[in-house]
Amino acid sequence: MVTAPATRGTTRRGSAGTAAPTPRPADRRHRVPRTFYLFLVPTLVVFTLSITLPAVMGITFSFTDSVGFGEFSFTGLTNYVALFSDPAIRSSYLFTIGFALVTVLLVNVVAFLLAVGLTARIRAKIALRTVFVLPMVISGIVIAYVFNFLFSNSVPQLGQALGIGPLEQSLLADPDLAWTTIVIVTAWQAIPSALLIYIAGILSIPGEVYEAAAMDGASARRRLVSITLPLVAGYVVINLVIGFKNFLNAYDIIVGLTNGGPGTATRSVAMTIFSGFTGGDYAYQMANATIFFLIAVVLAVVQLRLTRGRSAL
Amino acid sequence: MTAQTLPTTTPAQVPVARRRFRRRGGGEDRTSWGTTIILALCTLAVLAPLYATATMAFKTTSQSVDGQVFSLPSPVSVDGFVEAWRLTNFPRGFAISVFVTAVTVVGTVALASLAAYAIARNWDRRFFRWSFFYLLAAMFLPFPVLALSQVKLTGIVGLANPVGVALLHVMFQLSFSVLLFTAFIRGLPEELEESARLDGASTWTVFRRVVFPMMAPMSATVAIFAFLASWNDFMMPSLITADSTLQTLPVLQSVFQTQFSSNYNVAFASYLMAMAPAIVVYLFTQRWVMAGVTQGAIK
Repeated sequence: MVTAPATRGTTRRGSAGTAAPTPRPADRRHRVPRTFYLFLVPTLVVFTLSITLPAVMGITFSFTDSVGFGEFSFTGLTNYVALFSDPAIRSSYLFTIGFALVTVLLVNVVAFLLAVGLTARIRAKIALRTVFVLPMVISGIVIAYVFNFLFSNSVPQLGQALGIGPLEQSLLADPDLAWTTIVIVTAWQAIPSALLIYIAGILSIPGEVYEAAAMDGASARRRLVSITLPLVAGYVVINLVIGFKNFLNAYDIIVGLTNGGPGTATRSVAMTIFSGFTGGDYAYQMANATIFFLIAVVLAVVQLRLTRGRSAL
Repeated sequence: MTAQTLPTTTPAQVPVARRRFRRRGGGEDRTSWGTTIILALCTLAVLAPLYATATMAFKTTSQSVDGQVFSLPSPVSVDGFVEAWRLTNFPRGFAISVFVTAVTVVGTVALASLAAYAIARNWDRRFFRWSFFYLLAAMFLPFPVLALSQVKLTGIVGLANPVGVALLHVMFQLSFSVLLFTAFIRGLPEELEESARLDGASTWTVFRRVVFPMMAPMSATVAIFAFLASWNDFMMPSLITADSTLQTLPVLQSVFQTQFSSNYNVAFASYLMAMAPAIVVYLFTQRWVMAGVTQGAIK
């Protein structure tokens, strides 16, 4: 039931993609060599056992009162009803969605500006691109530990030296500001992939368009706003959706920076779900995971529709 | 954009961009030094934390606690590395990380390329077509949704260890990898395969001798993404592996957050050793990293 929307979206795109290379007439239908089944079926079996089965199990358990082991009974929608009135769940969703929105905006503004710069006529283009993509390849938890140190030592020091009030204490210890550190570090790591997509987008704009604009006397700023931006709009949408979807899963960086604290100020949905493993409310958190899954499916459908729309342009 | 142009995307597009700017004429033909300088300054945001990591790693314990993160180490000391080596049992952690990553990379490339070949060449069969969508659907599945059940299942079947972690990494990489491989194979001409078949080659031989060698650029992209995902992963090994002595490098770093909190030089030496392999691999393979990101997003 859950894969249906995703599948439908892909079918249309997939068949459009195949039409060109293999327009195989129906009467040429061959017997499929058995080897092809050997290539695919074992993988499908393992995949089903390790991905599909846990998903089905999780959803099934969300309708029970299981604590993760021992006996349990089916309780219908009890967990779901309880979820909607649970302040801890609500605050984790509010935090995660707010954090994802702020981060996705920051990432895209910075990545777009960097992409414009990196496709301009500059020196050391390859070297600069290499550096800007670097954060993408570093482990989230390790980079979070490094930033954890910088935020608790170097930044307060700098704040004191410059007399910037709010920075004189560690941001990590401030329940109202700890989230900003998570935004910064997540953005630091996520900007490269958005940047690469924007570079690809900007390079796909035909040079003639700029030529014509230059002949009409358009300034550099005008060309950026009236040509580059509208022509990469499709890439902006893709980056926004992919980024938002990824940031909803935030886990490593939060664990490394604040571990959900101070208190529960920065506890993401993923962290709340994992608490079900030790906290004894396994079934309850599986209901939470199921809701989370539905949100992901909605986003996936949105992404597929937008991707199709863009390639049609 | 067809899949075939993928590996050359970045190099091929540079001349186009150059031509565009050259044609513009007038004063804009020259290098924009302003932009270059602004961008160079922006690299500090990337380089400063990495610089701090490297310098802290070479300090002595007493120098590392003086609060001057950006000062150069004097004297240069490798005590941090020696101590980190011992505390994290680095050789074992490294070996486990290498094992998990190697199995993930080889497993992903092998299983995904075989599955994608079967799918792409039998697209007119409903079973293969639907298998493709079935594998693809997992791309939209957030890991937290599956995690708790997976922890239970791996525990039951005795895979609460690095082998299980590698297996799950392979399965999670499949969607993206099969997608890339399938698109690539569709762009390959079938004539070569048919002539090999006329010469009496079996499907397996055709795959191994004809198709797989032709897919080398895409295999590189898939392999690098499998490498990065697996080498850097924290969530999966920390949840799945039951025995803490069998943990991968990223998970082992948590030891410095809970204990030994004042030996910053040791912690940073350890961080540096954990991130270095990924950085080195990236520097040698960035062409495929860039191609992979663009291709993955646009698909």
